[in-house]
Amino acid sequence: MPGSSARPASEVNGSDAAGRLVRPFTLTGGRTRPSRADFTLITSVTAVEPQPDGGKRPQPEHARILRLCARPVVVAELAAHLDLPVSVVVIMLCDLLEAGRITARSPRQISRTTDMDLLQKVRDGLGRL
Amino acid sequence: MAGSDPTVNGTSAPDTVKILIAGGFGVGKTTMVGSVSEIVPLRTEEPLTAAGLGIDDLDGIEQKKATTVALDFGRITLSRELILYLFGTPGQQRFWFMWNDLAIGALGAVVLIDVRRPESSFAAIDFFERRDIPFVVGVNGFHGEHPYEPDEIREALALPEHTPVLLCDARDRESCRDVLIALIDQLIASATPGGGSAHTA
Repeated sequence: MPGSSARPASEVNGSDAAGRLVRPFTLTGGRTRPSRADFTLITSVTAVEPQPDGGKRPQPEHARILRLCARPVVVAELAAHLDLPVSVVVIMLCDLLEAGRITARSPRQISRTTDMDLLQKVRDGLGRL
Repeated sequence: MAGSDPTVNGTSAPDTVKILIAGGFGVGKTTMVGSVSEIVPLRTEEPLTAAGLGIDDLDGIEQKKATTVALDFGRITLSRELILYLFGTPGQQRFWFMWNDLAIGALGAVVLIDVRRPESSFAAIDFFERRDIPFVVGVNGFHGEHPYEPDEIREALALPEHTPVLLCDARDRESCRDVLIALIDQLIASATPGGGSAHTA
């Protein structure tokens, strides 16, 4: 995982947050709402390989996302690695999805009453820790 | 749905599920996430908007805290096909509007309690009870000390009989794992026909 660039929670302080948060929305053309509700915190995104020919060259931040999701990575982790708010990352992911540069996989829908198979897998996995 | 499975050139992304770690401010949520996570807990920060927060609520909040709300999370790879994410919910009550989004699709929650000030977690218990989201209570003994028995705590918190109460140490990996297992066991019990009564009115 590209873990080294992300900030550990313990080292973060928000003292310059206001200044830092102005810029991200310029990355999204001023939009503050995603065009799709496809992206939750634990939606996996993966860069399409090979990338589609033609179309606009991805902007630098979009290119960074594509590098980070060469292997599947969830939205929350992307945001932490990019040091950008989730809401901003989601907007850029919408762009990339529309451009056919990434695929998105929604989290497992939880049916608490019936999904015994999933619960058992979680139980088994935790038991191995 | 589990069926919507966009595979990319043969590599499919693992399934992802999440559990919330809730409780009052400073009760040990991020500590717990860090104890069981395979990565150092990561943080994302969201800008607060007026839509999410009453204007009056901003009075008296330090400037730096009024601009963002932080979310700490960790990851546990359970198998090649399944990854569990743990999200620490923002502890301060004024950030609760975020909890609704966080709670969507969660398997359930762990509510951490500090026995020295259990009231700081009352609202978290309320939140999950009202939304019928399954939860277990983890009593985080600071310095590993547990002056009360689980049943005493259950009574003090007016918890239903079926809500598991566990003594734990948020710094200890096995202890935290056991709390998570208790939550899953609770879910399995209530999903089994005739077993468990997690959804009584």
